[in-house]
Formats: sequence, C-alpha cells, structure tokens
Amino acid sequence: MRLNINAADGMPIYRQLIEQITLLLATGQLKQGDELPPVRVLAQELIINPNTVARAYRELEQAGLLELRQGAGSYVSGAGSPLAKKERRKRLLARVDVLLAEASQLAFTLEEVLELIQTRHAAFQQPGRKRNDESSE
Amino acid sequence: MNQANEQQTATAQAAPILTVEGLSRKFRRKYALEDVTLSVPRGVVFGLVGENGAGKTTLLRHLLGVLRPTTGQVRVFDRDPITDPVAVLSRIGFLSEERDLPGWMTVQELMRYTQAFYPDWDEDYAEALRDHFALDPHTKIKHLSRGEQAKTGLLVALAYRPELLMLDEPSAGLDPVARRDILEAIVRTVAEEGRTVIFSSHLLDEIERVSDQVAMIHEGKLLFQGALDTIKANHQALDVTHPTVTEQRPDWSGVLYARQEGAAWSVICSGTAQDVAEAARSRGWSITEQHIPSLEELFIARVRGGKDRGIMP
Repeated sequence: MRLNINAADGMPIYRQLIEQITLLLATGQLKQGDELPPVRVLAQELIINPNTVARAYRELEQAGLLELRQGAGSYVSGAGSPLAKKERRKRLLARVDVLLAEASQLAFTLEEVLELIQTRHAAFQQPGRKRNDESSE
Repeated sequence: MNQANEQQTATAQAAPILTVEGLSRKFRRKYALEDVTLSVPRGVVFGLVGENGAGKTTLLRHLLGVLRPTTGQVRVFDRDPITDPVAVLSRIGFLSEERDLPGWMTVQELMRYTQAFYPDWDEDYAEALRDHFALDPHTKIKHLSRGEQAKTGLLVALAYRPELLMLDEPSAGLDPVARRDILEAIVRTVAEEGRTVIFSSHLLDEIERVSDQVAMIHEGKLLFQGALDTIKANHQALDVTHPTVTEQRPDWSGVLYARQEGAAWSVICSGTAQDVAEAARSRGWSITEQHIPSLEELFIARVRGGKDRGIMP
C-alpha cells in the first residue's frame, strides 16, 4: 500500500490517509477482503502518530469502507450496511457542496462542472492511464 | 453518540503524567517563563513548539527538577521533581540539546556506565538499539558524527524503558536520515509500549507529523496547548478579496493575522471552516482559497498577529 504523507500541507494527516486509502479503493488497488497493515506498523512505516492511523481507520470503518475485526486486523469491506451508505452519502454531500462553491467562485457553470466530472470519471475507468489532469503538471 | 463515547474515553485516559501550574521563572530580572500552565496526558506524543530561546529548554529543565520555579508548581508522576528527584528521574529518559555525553568514553563504556544507574536497564533492548542505529561499540563518542551522538544519547535514554521520554530538540543539526531515525524511535516508543514522549522542536513539520498534543511557547509565554486535531479543526487559512475597499483589513472576529498581497489578503483565523466562511462573506469578502493551516502557518500567525496587535491596539 503506497501512501504519501505531507506534514507541511496543512490538511490533517488522518484526512490525508483517508483520502489516499479511499482513492486506492476507488481505483481498485485495494479490493474487498484485502487486509490493511496494523495501526502500529503503518505508523512506524510512515513515521506518524499511531493515534492518527487509528483515527483514519475508525472513520473509514464508520464510512463502511473498512471492517475492523477485533484483534484480527482491518479489512476492506463489502458493499456496507444501509447505515454506512447514509454516512457515505452525508460525506459525499459535503464534498459536493465544496465543489459547487468553488466552481461558482471560479465562474464555472453547472454544465461545465458535470462535463468535468464525466471526463475525470472516464479517466478513472481506464487503469494504467495517467490520472493527473495535464493542467496540474 | 460515538463522538460522546470517544470524548468520555479520552477524558478517562487523560489522567496526566505531569502538570505545570502557574510556572514562572526569572533569570535576573527577565522572565524566561511566565505563568505557564499545562498538562500532559499519559500515552501521548507531546510536541513543544517555539523559536530558539522561547523557553522550551527552561521548561523541560523544570520538569526534570534541575531548575526551581520562581513561582508556581510542577508535578511529574504526581511528585515534586525538586524534593523527590530520584523517584522522578529514574522514570524519565532524557536527551539533552547539548548531547552532553562524555566524549572520552566508547559507546560500549557509556552503555555499561549508564546501566549502573538504572536497575531497569534492558541489556537485550540496548543491544538491539545499538544494532539498529548501527553504532560501533568501540568508537569513542567524541569521534562519532553528530547524528551518531544523537542516536547514542537516545539509546541510553531508551534502554531502561522509561515511562516518560523527554527529548530536547532531538533533531537539531541532524541530516535527514538521522532525523528519520530519531522520529522513528519516538513513534516506536508510543506505538509499541504506550509510553509518553515529550519533545521540543523548532521544526514544525516534524511536530505535526508525530504529535497528538502540542503546546506553543513564545517569549516565555504559552500561546496555546491542546490536541493537534482540535487545534486544526478550529483554525482556517484563507485568501480573500473585497470588491470595494481594498485597503480595508479583514477584521471579522477570530482573525489572528492578515497579510496583504496585492489586492488580496491572506488570513489566518480561528473558527470552523463553515463559521469562518460565513463571517468573511457577511462582511462582503469573497474567498478565493480556503484550507486548514499547517502548524507552521498557525505559529507565524500567532506570533506576528500578537505583535501587530501590540503595536496597533
């Protein structure tokens, strides 16, 4: 599992972990049933506080993405319970709001935003293809 | 409901390993520490942040009982380090900023010498650390590199598995590889055995990386102390512009620091993301960028913002 932490970024490290693990799940680099490294191991590998890793795992569990089996590690879960789905929806909603606010700030129309989403979605569907937008390079 | 549970658990665990109350310390007529109050919970990594000369080392020396408070109280393991030094010091591992190790000893000699003072010295663990840090037992300490000296100091501070590990600027002047080894040792100490670590540093990214709790000291005063997550959740950095009055300073409540850059202002303020955005917009500012500030941005904002307010009340 390749993760990269930037402590000077400002974004809390547990959020960086959540985003990167979520991306690994979205792109299929982590699959259902895969085991994640134990909290201590990942903390030592990334040189970050173990509580930070534990918090990221806990929130991923609450979002229905991970399953923490008592004393037996953390696994990528299946579809998740309806409750988890609701939680996931809530989380996504917050991100959509941010996206829309930013789009309006940068003077993009809703159509342009939707088009961008579709373009990016297509890029995600093609494994191996570079996922970075050319403008970010 | 989950959050409430977590908070309860956090409070239950928060029986502090040490407390400092109203600590002031004068050297001649100047205050090196002024009315510092803080507490360190068990099992955390506690990062002490501040510029050189801010009072970090002076504070640590009070925790060790080396300095006596001018006023105020220090309790470590619920004991007074001044009147009960043996009980306190035998449970603390300390790495000083000066690395005041005897240069004429070899690594092995220093290990044997230190072992004599600590009944809990773990010989196998000491040997494992020496091996991990790649320290040659027969080299004299004065012939070691700066990084190797730091690792030697860390080895003798760790080998008796102290409940509290205290490191004063552990990575000052070290190359990135040696820094990594030191930080790794800090993480291992809390991760594997749930012990407590206090470390001071002027490198804010390393504090941010490994700390649960942070305290910021500036000119002998405590600027703030708390859980890093809470601090970060309650501060925002934003770039804002005003369509009409460009010379107007952002001055909604919570603004700690504002710096003008052309027509835009960079602002660091306290408050949650939503509250801050609402406050700014209600005053007619538009937000072009908003993020959670790094500890470094926060520190600069607190220090500079404080100065600005001092000059222009």
